[in-house]
Amino acid sequence: MRSDLSEGTLDSGGRDEPIRHDLSSAPTRVYRPRKGWVGFGLSQVLAYRELLFFFTWRNIKIRYKQTLIGAGWAVLQPFFMMIAFTLLFGRVANIPTGGIPRPIFYYAALLPWTYFTSTVSSASESLAQSQALITKVYFPRVMLPLSFALSSLMDHTIAWVMLVILMVYFGVAPTLTIALLPAFVALAVVSAMGIGLWSSALNAIYRDVRYAVPFLLQFGMFVSPVIYQSSQIPEAWRPIYFLNPMAGVIEGFRWALTGVGQPPGLHTIGSVAVAFIVFFSGLWFFRRTEGIIADLV
Amino acid sequence: MTTAIRVQGLGKRFRLGEYEPYGTLRDTIARGATSAARRMRGRAPSENGKRGKHVWAVKDVSFDIEEGEVVGLIGRNGAGKTTLLKLLSGITEPTEGRAEVRGLLSSLLEVGTGFHPELTGRENVQLNGAILGMRRAEIRRKFDEIVSFAGVEEFIDTPIKRYSTGMQVRLAFSVAAHLESDILLVDEVLAVGDLEFQRKCMGRMEEASSMGRTVLFVSHSVASIMRLCPRVILLDKGGIVRDGAAGDVVKTYLDSGLGTTASREWTPDTAPGDEVARIKSVRVLDENGDAAEELDIHRPIDIEVTYWQYTDTTGTSPSVTLKFTNDAGAVMFASTDMVRSDWYANPRGPGEYRSVCRIPGNLLSEGQVFVELIFASTNPAAIHWMESDVVAFQVNDATTGEGVRGPLVFDWPGIVRPMLDWTIESKGPLHHRE
Repeated sequence: MRSDLSEGTLDSGGRDEPIRHDLSSAPTRVYRPRKGWVGFGLSQVLAYRELLFFFTWRNIKIRYKQTLIGAGWAVLQPFFMMIAFTLLFGRVANIPTGGIPRPIFYYAALLPWTYFTSTVSSASESLAQSQALITKVYFPRVMLPLSFALSSLMDHTIAWVMLVILMVYFGVAPTLTIALLPAFVALAVVSAMGIGLWSSALNAIYRDVRYAVPFLLQFGMFVSPVIYQSSQIPEAWRPIYFLNPMAGVIEGFRWALTGVGQPPGLHTIGSVAVAFIVFFSGLWFFRRTEGIIADLV
Repeated sequence: MTTAIRVQGLGKRFRLGEYEPYGTLRDTIARGATSAARRMRGRAPSENGKRGKHVWAVKDVSFDIEEGEVVGLIGRNGAGKTTLLKLLSGITEPTEGRAEVRGLLSSLLEVGTGFHPELTGRENVQLNGAILGMRRAEIRRKFDEIVSFAGVEEFIDTPIKRYSTGMQVRLAFSVAAHLESDILLVDEVLAVGDLEFQRKCMGRMEEASSMGRTVLFVSHSVASIMRLCPRVILLDKGGIVRDGAAGDVVKTYLDSGLGTTASREWTPDTAPGDEVARIKSVRVLDENGDAAEELDIHRPIDIEVTYWQYTDTTGTSPSVTLKFTNDAGAVMFASTDMVRSDWYANPRGPGEYRSVCRIPGNLLSEGQVFVELIFASTNPAAIHWMESDVVAFQVNDATTGEGVRGPLVFDWPGIVRPMLDWTIESKGPLHHRE
């Protein structure tokens, strides 16, 4: 990868402003104690979108520096999990997989799940790790957790290579529903961003979050259809089960790819609604605490 | 004329004492429970409880800065200068009052904070520029200029972790100096790098102000404040002490003893000390015995302490101990006049005394040196006065090739820079290659 950013492919709408010698027409920024409704800060996210791109690019660049197999880790992690699941839950527990080979059944769920966990765990540390930056320069801090949701997509894309290999090897052809796959990837991004926003802001304030996040992520795998299908959840519980946005993502992802599992329906709407509620409330909470983050990290 | 910065009743409060900057949930719950219990008993949560101790880093500050003005901000450490800059740049939020900033503002609170050691110089310039608010096109357009200003052309594709500190700082400052903002906030960054680079930086700042940009400049160096800023604001304990023409304010600053300078003198009424002895003056002198703020690394430097002794001493006499700290906060060495036991161990009568400590040339490293004074007796044991940063001075190493660095002009490591003797000799022709 050429390191010259000016040749980057992402167009972030470079604006080039001359110096103003007359300030009378310049916009005024007001700093005062933050009270009441603070909004979501979406306009700031848009104004600083180039920075989001730069942070994403930085995350990708430094992620596997000084490692032996580099981006290979993006494939190895879900791959070995898949092997373990296949042996353990397939041979020992014999959990039904809806007629598709076990490796594909697990790997198709591990793809979005690995994306989610790596985004949430890196995003939640993003503010605490950038302490030097946060206390010295102003920029919308929300760019830090958001950038991890984008840079983890790179790993996600690399991990796809193994899925393609598995599908060819086992002779599983994707169904037409694959056209809906991008929608589920997008839902995974929104979910990961939402949880990442909450956990990063909370982690800047309370150290507890650092210990709670890995535990909650482990727990989360059991309440998401990674090692089983959601059809094994009692019907009466399913509406509640699908309030977990990742349940909707994983079930939908696997269904779009292989046709196994429940097609999107009312339950998906629950997942989508919760994902967006978490995302926007995360933006709001982040904005609320942003002014004191520099004093706390 | 438009007002670029308008500050009204601005205040920032921090919690002190038991307060941990990084709290745990348990603490908050415990704190919440206590104050709830207090409220139930009909008492307001205590402001002065062990947990609730507050300190105002900035309190009730108001001023206007017009477009194109270049204003200096002085005050001792902890006066609130940095907090004020942080409030104006939006890094932290005020507790009360308001600040209005018109136009694009950029702040150089510490250069190179966005630098990542694993990324190359080129990548860091691009990233840092973006963090400081530069547009991609702007970075691309100025890239060559930034790199040549920093003088790191050959290393631009090397990871930053292989750079010397000086190179990193130069590159970081260079990025920051090329920002096209309407208002520039600068904090202490000129205290880095060698003299030649400092001159470059000063030039850049002068250029910025002559181009009509508004500059708010914080520095310890009275000399550079005087050179750059027609107007100066003096801060102490979070509030404005004086705001006006540079000459007047700097004079107030120096007279009040609020600043750290190379030379300080007291009258018998104001002299710090006790009934045994009081300090009359502390001065940094060059070879010729003249007080100096900036000194040549190759020449000896004298620290002179004069004091009045009021009583006959019976055991030991008052002694002067000096501790030397560099600008990174590292103690370089300490020295005491007790090594002169002929003076120290012998009782003596009242009078004015003078102790001079000579630091040889070619010993100190380049940079700012802060001197701590401990003025004490050991028998009977008493500290008459002690003060950190009682005086400070700048040591400069010219890049003329005659210094410790030889022909090498890059940033030189070490907290001291002694000139050592080298022996080089020829041991005869090669025998094993014949």
